[in-house]
Amino acid sequence: MELQVLALDVARGGVPILEGVSFTLAAGHVLVLRGPNGIGKTTLLRTIAGLQPAVSGTVSLDPEAVAYAAHADGLKATLTVRENLVFWAQVYGMSDIGPALEAFALQPLIDRPAQNLSAGQKRRLGLARLLVTGRPLWVLDEPTVSLDSSAVAMFAAAVRAHCAAGGSALIATHIDFGLDSEMLDLAPFKATAPAQDGFDEAFL
Amino acid sequence: MIALLIRDLRLAIRTGGGFGLGLAFFLIIAVLVPFGVGPDSAILGRIAPGILWVGALLSCLLSLDRIFALDFEDGSLDLLATAPIPLEGLVGVKAISHWLTTGLPLTLAAPVLGLLLSLPEEAYLWLIASLLIGTPALSFIGAFGASLTVGIKRGGLLLSLLVLPLYVPTLIFGAETIRRGAEGLSTTTPLIMLGAITLGTLAVLPFAAAAAIRVNLR
Repeated sequence: MELQVLALDVARGGVPILEGVSFTLAAGHVLVLRGPNGIGKTTLLRTIAGLQPAVSGTVSLDPEAVAYAAHADGLKATLTVRENLVFWAQVYGMSDIGPALEAFALQPLIDRPAQNLSAGQKRRLGLARLLVTGRPLWVLDEPTVSLDSSAVAMFAAAVRAHCAAGGSALIATHIDFGLDSEMLDLAPFKATAPAQDGFDEAFL
Repeated sequence: MIALLIRDLRLAIRTGGGFGLGLAFFLIIAVLVPFGVGPDSAILGRIAPGILWVGALLSCLLSLDRIFALDFEDGSLDLLATAPIPLEGLVGVKAISHWLTTGLPLTLAAPVLGLLLSLPEEAYLWLIASLLIGTPALSFIGAFGASLTVGIKRGGLLLSLLVLPLYVPTLIFGAETIRRGAEGLSTTTPLIMLGAITLGTLAVLPFAAAAAIRVNLR
């Protein structure tokens, strides 16, 4: 499962923000996206996850191979940790949530409603969802927000195990969590050309 | 998809889920009308079909904006859109769970409220039949409206304005069925029309709603 992104142009709200993004991510590897705020990390990740169309260029991998995790964890406040996780496991056709609970030390919280979790615990539950998707490419947007150092270590271990099993991860982050990863700085891909057909589009 | 249906039903009956909200609203409307119109049972009996249908419509409207807005706010909608469930199926399941928590309870409660409004005896069967056949259309049209307004903050009012005109055919044929039933006339034509509207919305609107969600998630 190799992800190849070729000459990808992405736009947000009709304004092109990244141009000619090209990279390759082989199975078993981690690619970290860097760049200042607003450069388009989230937009790029959403495009690769298939949530929005690219302006031009190609992404070799089908969105069906991607597990996406964003700033929001998608947890239901009134459901318990177990119910939240079992739901996502069923959606992805998996049955065993044990390894996911174990990887993020959620076992003691299993019957707690998600609304009573702390921000870091919610994040851990949101990340545990990745383990029940069974998808080869993880596309993660700032996964370590509100995690403490031991939770960051849990996350790094989960990513390492995922890569060892032949998966790969594309991560936008500002902190270094000691993974053996390649790095891609998005700043050189910043779009310079003005919006070309945005004007027509606004009228049609 | 079954998992999604179970999750939505579970969310609806937990705290703040909104189950019973529509039902309570329906009850209040049916209780308020006799206060406003007066206790004359001849008048009440004549307007009862219309009141019950308008009440059902408004109660349905009350919980529509929750269909997608809550999932959009906490990020679940993004995750569901990338999950292996087709968006069309997602819309269908959401509309069905809305009907199970709103339309079905309304249908079951309507005969009791018909009693309050002195609905003629012969009309009860048609009241239940018309609501049972007509309310799924309300949920599916509503899900379509909710998908159009999913990215908009406080989109509930806009949603009502979009959806209410689309409810008109269902209202007309629904109330007409009961009126004819009460007067002992043939109800076949309005019932068939009602069923046709419901089947039409079932067939078309999940696709339209899924397309709207795709655009709104960009």
